Amino acid sequence: MFPTTRRSVIAALASDDDEQRRRAFDTFVALYWKPLYKYLRVARGRESADAEDLTQTFLAKCFEDGTLAAYDTAKASFRTFLRMLFDRFVANEVKASLRQKRGGGSVQLDFGNAEVEIAREHDRGGTPEDYFQREWARSVFSLAVERLREESDPTRFAIFEAYDLDDTLKASYRETGARFGISETSVTNGLAAMRRRFRAIVLDVLREATASETEYRAEVRALLGVEA
Amino acid sequence: MTWLSDNAVAHLRAVAELPDFSGTRYRIEREIGRGGMGVIYEAEDAELQRRVAIKVLASELASDDAVERMRTEARTMARLEHPGIVPLHDVGLLPDGRLWYAMKLVHGRRLDELNAAPAEMLRVFLRICEAVAFAHANGIVHCDLKPENVMLGDFGEVLVMDWGVARAAGADSTILAGTRGFMAPEQEQGTSSINSSTDVFALGAMLRAILPNLPRPLAAICAKATAPAQRDRYTTAHELAGDVSRWLDGQPVSAYRENVIERAGRWLARNRVLITIIAAYLVMRVIVFLWIRR
Repeated sequence: MFPTTRRSVIAALASDDDEQRRRAFDTFVALYWKPLYKYLRVARGRESADAEDLTQTFLAKCFEDGTLAAYDTAKASFRTFLRMLFDRFVANEVKASLRQKRGGGSVQLDFGNAEVEIAREHDRGGTPEDYFQREWARSVFSLAVERLREESDPTRFAIFEAYDLDDTLKASYRETGARFGISETSVTNGLAAMRRRFRAIVLDVLREATASETEYRAEVRALLGVEA
Repeated sequence: MTWLSDNAVAHLRAVAELPDFSGTRYRIEREIGRGGMGVIYEAEDAELQRRVAIKVLASELASDDAVERMRTEARTMARLEHPGIVPLHDVGLLPDGRLWYAMKLVHGRRLDELNAAPAEMLRVFLRICEAVAFAHANGIVHCDLKPENVMLGDFGEVLVMDWGVARAAGADSTILAGTRGFMAPEQEQGTSSINSSTDVFALGAMLRAILPNLPRPLAAICAKATAPAQRDRYTTAHELAGDVSRWLDGQPVSAYRENVIERAGRWLARNRVLITIIAAYLVMRVIVFLWIRR
C-alpha cells in the first residue's frame, strides 16, 4: 500500500512514472484527506455532503491536473500550501459539472468514519489553521500507528496499543505481563522497542510528506517540538 | 486508520520525542528546558544516586553535522574544568542516533531573573568574567554570552552555560550563531576573526542589560567593552573585570577620565570613616574652644 522507499512523496507526485506517481498520491491522500475533510466540516462549517464532494473533487483535481507541482519549498510548508490551495479551491466554488466522484488513487475515503471521529473530538479551539494543524498531526500519527501495526508482532503491538493508544488503561507492567504470558521485563523492553520504532516511522512519514530538508526539520519541530 | 483521541495524540507526541535511556544508568524524569540545539531533561543517575541534567539533541536536528557540533560542545565543556562552568559527567548516543550528554543539575535561577542590589549584581558579573577568562586562557571563545545563559545556584554558584556555539579563538566568524544585542559586530557581519574581545563585547552588553542605570564610570566601562572595533575594547575579560573591581573598590577606572569634583567625591566616598572621625574631632574642638571662651 505504501512506498517502501522513504523519499519525499511530494517530489514523487510530479514523477513521469505513472505507477510511482499513483503510489505517491495514495500516501498523500492517506495523510491529507481527513485533515482536509474535517477542516471543511469543523473549521469552515460546511455540511457533510458538501464537504465530501469538495474534498473528493479537490483530490481528484490534484491528481489529474498536477496542481501540487506548483508547490515552492522556499515559500511555505507543503501543509500550509495545501491548506491555502484548498481554501482557494473552495472559495471559487467548483462547478456542478466537476462534482462527480472521480478516482485519483486507491485509498478509500470513509467519510462516515470521519463524521464519527468529528463527533468524538473535543478540542476545537483556535483558528481554522490551528485546527488543520491538529488534524494533520493526528493523521501523521494515525498513519504511523497503522504502519507499526502492519509490521509488528501482534503481542508487542497489543502492549503498545494498551499503554500508548488507550486512554483508560491503568494496568501495571506486571499485570500486562501476566495477561500476555510474558515477564515484566519483556513488557517494558518490548514497549521501549515499539516506541523507538514508532518514532522512526513518524520521522519516515514526515520525510515523505515534505519536499526539502528545511521543511522536514520545521515539520518535525512543529510535530514533536515546542511550537506544536 | 486508527482514530486517536486528543489525549492519545498528546501522549504519542511525548513518546516520540522522549529519549530512550532504557539499558543505561539514567532515568528521565521531566523536561526542564529547550535551547536552539537540544532539549534538557532532569534525570536520575541510578548508579551514583544523584540528579543530573541531560541535554539531548533536538529531533529535527539529528543529522551527522548536528551530532558533531554537539559532540564538540561536550568536549569543550569537558575541557573547561572551572567552578564557574557547568561540569560535564557523561556523553553518549541514543539508539535513534541522537547525541546526549549529562551534566550537573543546577537548582537556581537565570541571571535575567535575578533582582538584586547593584553591588551584588557586579559581584556576580565578576564571577562570570572569571569563568570566561578561564575559557579564553584555554583558547575557547563562548560566542553566546547573555544573562539567559548564566545560572545562579541556590548556594551562591555562578555558572556559565550553553557552550553550543563556542569556538576556538581565531576561528572564522562567518559561520557563527549568537544572540542579537549581545553579538559583536565581527560576529554579526563576519568581518574579522573571533577572539576574546568578541566575548568582551557580550560581557559589556550583559552588564548594561543587568544594570540599566549605570553610573558614569561603569557606563564608560560598558562603552569600552562594546566598542565597534575590536582593538578599542578590553583585550581580555580579565582586564574588563579589573576595571569593574576598581570601581567597586572606589578606585579610578581606566575607561573613564574623572573631573576634579568627581575625583573629590570618590575620595570622600572612599574615606568616609576617616572623614567622619576628623569631622567629629573638629566639632569637639570647636565645642571645647567655645566652652573655654565662656
